[in-house]
Amino acid sequence: MITRVNVATVWVLDKDEALDFYVNRLGLEKSADIRQGDYRWLTVRVPGDAGIEISLEEPGPPIQDEATGAQLRELITKGAMGSLVLQTNDIVGLYETLKSRGVTDFTQEPTANFYGTDMGIRDPFGNPIRVLQRAKAAQRATV
Amino acid sequence: MSREVEDRNRRLLRARDAMDRAYAEPLDVRAVAAVAHVSAAHFSRSFRAVFGETPHRYLQRRRVERSMFLLRETDRSVTDICLDVGFTSLGTFSRTFREIVGETPSAYRSGHGPIVAPNCVQMLAMRPLGAAGAAMRSRESAMGSSSFGEAGAAAVP
Repeated sequence: MITRVNVATVWVLDKDEALDFYVNRLGLEKSADIRQGDYRWLTVRVPGDAGIEISLEEPGPPIQDEATGAQLRELITKGAMGSLVLQTNDIVGLYETLKSRGVTDFTQEPTANFYGTDMGIRDPFGNPIRVLQRAKAAQRATV
Repeated sequence: MSREVEDRNRRLLRARDAMDRAYAEPLDVRAVAAVAHVSAAHFSRSFRAVFGETPHRYLQRRRVERSMFLLRETDRSVTDICLDVGFTSLGTFSRTFREIVGETPSAYRSGHGPIVAPNCVQMLAMRPLGAAGAAMRSRESAMGSSSFGEAGAAAVP
């Protein structure tokens, strides 16, 4: 039986720039940062949560050949890759914090829905990120 | 060369996001093109090359998708919904809706109820495709047009 998600990967165009965005702007924390020769295993996570890690990975060699890497980079910048969905306990506060940290690529302002209030952001490369504050009823239902 | 493509894609995506965010407002192709740092004429051409449809068509499908959402989820009148999603004329809204969805807004409302899926999933996955032929006609008529508003409507029978 599978018991939990351990690592999920977000493809980025540049690991340093990704680290700056995901940590200094979005507010995640750096987890693993291990170099092995030319390769850098870099992950971030929700602060204090040693469970799920988000691996920041660059397309191209040695993971893929140059041409495949170029295709992937093109898809990332078109916004065609999958979405990361995060949770917060204060969506409006986070929205204001992100703006004060210079985040401008909002795809949706905080919007109320029956399941909670959520907003959309893009990382510097085009990857979509959603952040949700669950509605109280929905929170109770899953506790 | 590839860096240029990535940079162009990212700028066009930012302009596409601006349409998804501000579909309810009167949008002018020049203003949206400015988000991508390109001229209006160049914008339509390169947007189509990257995303497979003109910005005009992209915005029409977004507005129609949001109107379908409001028809399903609310009791607002068709006229109010038409204005809510950024159309300025009921005639253009009804014609565009029928062309893309295949039925009138009222008929669609009577046949559909609320969908229990996150709103972002609905916006992502439920923007109606429309008929391929109609998409081609609208695409051609939108080439070289200067406004999102009513542009392209003339080519739709």
